[in-house]
Amino acid sequence: MAGTRVPERLGKWLVSGPPLAYLLVFFAVPTLIMVLASFRTPGEFGGLAPLVGEDGRLDLNLESYTRFFTDSIYAEIFVKSLWYALLTTLLCLALAYPLAALIANSPKKYRDLLLLLVILPFWSNFLIRVYAWMIILGPQAALARGVNGVLGAFGHEPVPLLFSWFAVLVCLVYVHLPFMVLPLYANLEKHDRTLLDAAQDLGANAWQRFWRITFPLSLPGVYAGAALVFIPALGIFAIPDILGGPEDSLIGNVIKQQFLETRDWPFGSVLSIVLTVMALGLAGFAAWVGRRGSARAARA
Amino acid sequence: MRRRSAWLWLAALAGYAFLYLPLAIVVVYSFNDSRLNAEWVGFTLDWYRKLFANDEMLTAAGNSLLIGLVASLVSTVLGTMAGVALHRYRLRLLPVLVLTPIAIPEILMGVSLLIFFVLLNFTLGLLSVMLAHIAFCIGFVAIVVRSRLAGMDESLTEAARDCGATPWEAFRYVTLPLIMPGVIAGALMAFTLSIDDFVITFFTAGAGTTTLPLQIYSMIKIAVTPEVNAVSTLLMLLTLVLIVIASKLSPTLLRSDE
Repeated sequence: MAGTRVPERLGKWLVSGPPLAYLLVFFAVPTLIMVLASFRTPGEFGGLAPLVGEDGRLDLNLESYTRFFTDSIYAEIFVKSLWYALLTTLLCLALAYPLAALIANSPKKYRDLLLLLVILPFWSNFLIRVYAWMIILGPQAALARGVNGVLGAFGHEPVPLLFSWFAVLVCLVYVHLPFMVLPLYANLEKHDRTLLDAAQDLGANAWQRFWRITFPLSLPGVYAGAALVFIPALGIFAIPDILGGPEDSLIGNVIKQQFLETRDWPFGSVLSIVLTVMALGLAGFAAWVGRRGSARAARA
Repeated sequence: MRRRSAWLWLAALAGYAFLYLPLAIVVVYSFNDSRLNAEWVGFTLDWYRKLFANDEMLTAAGNSLLIGLVASLVSTVLGTMAGVALHRYRLRLLPVLVLTPIAIPEILMGVSLLIFFVLLNFTLGLLSVMLAHIAFCIGFVAIVVRSRLAGMDESLTEAARDCGATPWEAFRYVTLPLIMPGVIAGALMAFTLSIDDFVITFFTAGAGTTTLPLQIYSMIKIAVTPEVNAVSTLLMLLTLVLIVIASKLSPTLLRSDE
């Protein structure tokens, strides 16, 4: 028996070793270096000051963290990013629900196709999807002229649609919509239709059937979708960068600025770490609430 | 009941229109004989001609293809190994390392790799972008391969072993051919992800290297021009072809349960 065990263990290492080594070097180590960098001093010309100072002592400090927690402008930007991500999640939910419900209620042979049609745009290049909104919301495009024509008729000043919070929000919803539809559909598809028939027999109207049965049962899907939308939306930087005005900077933009323009790596690392902790915390919370919700649904 | 489903259809139709109209506008205006992406003037292929005469764009496209090929090749080998390992063995560290890069915001991987390469005095360029792309593609390949293995009859590999095949022979002649559609689907997915990636490339490419998404980014930061529409249309076409092939090979790839 011992003769088969040794090659068995060798096989395990031969198969899992290379990917493990690669991810350790190019994912785990860089992440740890970033955590370490958050405790270091920024270098004179950007980057990091030497780890060991001239007096031979390790130069580790909490200065970047202190700065983060004392300067309220960063807290404000985090709150603004959370607010954008929350609005994006709610709007995605409102748009995704009818789509997911329609797919789940359509004949089985069409479901895969309808679902594929939701996912397909997600596979086109991210920047192309952002760029599309530059065209639609541009000052010469029909939409802006129409809106400003109406506003002008009421004596309002024309408003720019592009480079505004509106453009950022619309594009955030557009880019993340499929992430909400997929888990919602996966949940709605499993619902037992006889529950709705029973409720109707007992005199519940369409609204009551939705609000008292379908929606509570779909909560695990809602939570999963919310996590899938909220977390990437929180860290986004390209959308405000391309479609937003100067006041629409979110955390992602500040992180980019710290690394590429100000070149204050320790502070950029602090912001990145706070963002990760927030994202992972919210993902864990969503998973926990979702599990509790489905446990309750199973009991009911 | 009927009226309710009519409303549902209408709302869903609006949802689909919201998803597709922006992309349709990009494609339509790529054939428009006007500098402004504002109204239809007439049909032209000028923007495509301009595109193929644009040296910067061609260099960026060449870089994107090269990075995509190398990154998908290496990440497919490593990702397949990871997928097999996740399926066969109870491991503690590997699942975490495979799944976390997919779960955290992309920007984090970008900035941490930037610090990593700069501290190592590693010149930012094609190679650093390839190394970064491999790191984020491994997880996606591993998931596709593992789901393929989950649907496979493990007794076939055991039978091969009972008949005297070495573990390598059993893998090479029994397991691998069976999971091949999953492996190829994973490779196509990795290639697509690599070609499309903007955020991680943005941080790891350095000043002198461009890829198609970086080139598009710098163009739209300056002005909206139909040349961007033309390159976008071609890129969408490429992605569409790859995704259709991948989904033919691995039907579960585009489903929500993957």
